Amino acid sequence: MPTITYRDALNQALREEMQRDPAVFLMGEEVGLYQGAYKVSRGLLEEFGAQRVVDTPIAELGFAGIGVGAAMGGLRPVIEFMTWNFALLALDQIVNSAAKMLYMSGGQLRMPIVFRGPNGAALQLASQHSQAWESWLAHIPGLKVVAPATPADAKGLLKSAIRDNNPVVVLEGEMLYNTKGEVPEGELLVPIGQAEVKRAGSDVTVVCHSKTVAPALKAAEQLAGQGVAAEVVDLRSLRPLDESAILASVAKTHRAVVAEEGWPHSGIGAQVVDVIQRDAFDELDAPVLRVTQADTPMPYNKQLERLAKPTPDKIVAAARRVLYLD
Amino acid sequence: MTTATAQPQQQSPADAALQRRMLREMLLIRRFEEKAAEAYALGKIGGFCHLYIGQEAVAVGVSAALTPSDYVISSYREHGQALVRGISARAVMAELFGKATGCSGGKGGSMHLFDAEKRFMGGHGIVGGHLPLAAGLAFAIKYRGGDEVCVCFFGEAAVNIGAFHEAVNMASVWKLPVLFLCENNRYGMGTAFERVAAVTDVVEHACSYDIAGEVVNGMDVLEVHQAARRAIQRARKGGHPTLLEVRTYRFMGHSMSDPLHGVYRTKDEVEEQKRKDPIHQLSHRMLQAGTIDQAGIDALDAEVHAEVEDAVKFADESPDPAPEELLRHVIAD
Repeated sequence: MPTITYRDALNQALREEMQRDPAVFLMGEEVGLYQGAYKVSRGLLEEFGAQRVVDTPIAELGFAGIGVGAAMGGLRPVIEFMTWNFALLALDQIVNSAAKMLYMSGGQLRMPIVFRGPNGAALQLASQHSQAWESWLAHIPGLKVVAPATPADAKGLLKSAIRDNNPVVVLEGEMLYNTKGEVPEGELLVPIGQAEVKRAGSDVTVVCHSKTVAPALKAAEQLAGQGVAAEVVDLRSLRPLDESAILASVAKTHRAVVAEEGWPHSGIGAQVVDVIQRDAFDELDAPVLRVTQADTPMPYNKQLERLAKPTPDKIVAAARRVLYLD
Repeated sequence: MTTATAQPQQQSPADAALQRRMLREMLLIRRFEEKAAEAYALGKIGGFCHLYIGQEAVAVGVSAALTPSDYVISSYREHGQALVRGISARAVMAELFGKATGCSGGKGGSMHLFDAEKRFMGGHGIVGGHLPLAAGLAFAIKYRGGDEVCVCFFGEAAVNIGAFHEAVNMASVWKLPVLFLCENNRYGMGTAFERVAAVTDVVEHACSYDIAGEVVNGMDVLEVHQAARRAIQRARKGGHPTLLEVRTYRFMGHSMSDPLHGVYRTKDEVEEQKRKDPIHQLSHRMLQAGTIDQAGIDALDAEVHAEVEDAVKFADESPDPAPEELLRHVIAD
């Protein structure tokens, strides 16, 4: 099985889906001539031409809305945001137009559109460029939200997203683009709404997604050295949420930690905890703990930034607490 | 920007049959909206309900220049455009009543009328939010190599929001077949345009984005029709967008609970504008030309009156959406 980067996995997904369906096109800032701000769209302009790989002005609201209109007109747009921080400007189109079109038209207008781009913090990009938006987006009925952590999931989920007849938000990660992993050759579709156990264990469940999967796996490795078998559950999809996968793991371990890059208040972890307390209350041997970003804007300073982010050490500490080891 | 001086009386190719159709459509909208106001007062219609009375010539003049495969998209003051696009008075009224037989199944309401088959792509409730959607529909047309156009109705207040500028700019850069049709009724709710806009001639914005622009008297349906034909031809032939500023006037308050006049405009102003009533202007012209007589006008009026009465009866007697409709259409299969 070939080992490729997360970036190239996304590139393969785009290329294959554009080859498969002429209605699929890519639109966004720097996607064409510049080959993508993060090179995800490398080579696509050359292969598919300027009509299908469309460079836009810096106008997120406008081109997100043009994507929605194109979907109303029967196309399957993939709208790239250079980062999700800038997509905040397009939120009216994502929420008020894309997510609600099918419903408020009484089922007449499907909305097969993908909104994708890097989400969350990178390194020392300071407050306005380091934010995790998944709880905002997963809140909205009518949207699907996926957050792949590995190259294989990135490819399989993006391909599924492009074929979906609903608006799908694909949250990537700047820090993930260079990471490598095995990606099967040939057709790869990862179903939206299915979590995956990335490491099996029996003592504590660590629920994570996207950029917290790697620190969760590192934490599990550290815990193994301390005689604790942690199970790492990668949600992969945040809406719909694979509740049965969470519950199955908690039924096995009776303890859980939820890690995410977002802020603690009203976060994804709060939703996961709600699922566990509601449907696995009798299974729990300890309160569920959450590891999140600090409840602050992201500082620029490297030391402060490290303090703000969820880290393997923080996940280990939380796991030990739910096991009453500390 | 190109400007053309419209001289509809000399140049109009509209024959008597077209004028008769336009008169009927304007009367239909007028009577429909009057009935909607009554139904609102009776509690049959809820929420917001933005009436089109006074602006009928705009929807009718533009619609007559379209083919069935062209797209129309509008704001939340869209009952008139929906009716002349061919959505039945029954289906529109039933939607206002929130009934299962409405054109959006009762889930959209007054602000979200849809009929995909008739290419009426909605009623949209966020000011200016649908302008990018119009450009996107035009993008899809061009992508497929089609010869349709997209007409986007919006009020002058939308010109102050970023979505207007982003959509018009990209439509111009990409040469999209779209007509941006600004219905300048002079007031965004209770705020006069000149109080909040540095440039009060909307058409001037066409210069900023290097597209064609025209100003049109929106109380004259023939003038609107001619200008729309020119703009649609530009779009259809070469994908050139146009900004059409149609100067019109809303005879009613912004929504049902808003005053007709008061702090933001005077009663005299409203009365003055009512003397320019677009329906009276066309019927007067047709009477002068001898293409219709008063009995003919009365017959048309009676006909649309009956159509609207029937629509109200239909809406009233239609069932509410079934409870399971609450959860349907959140996600497509």
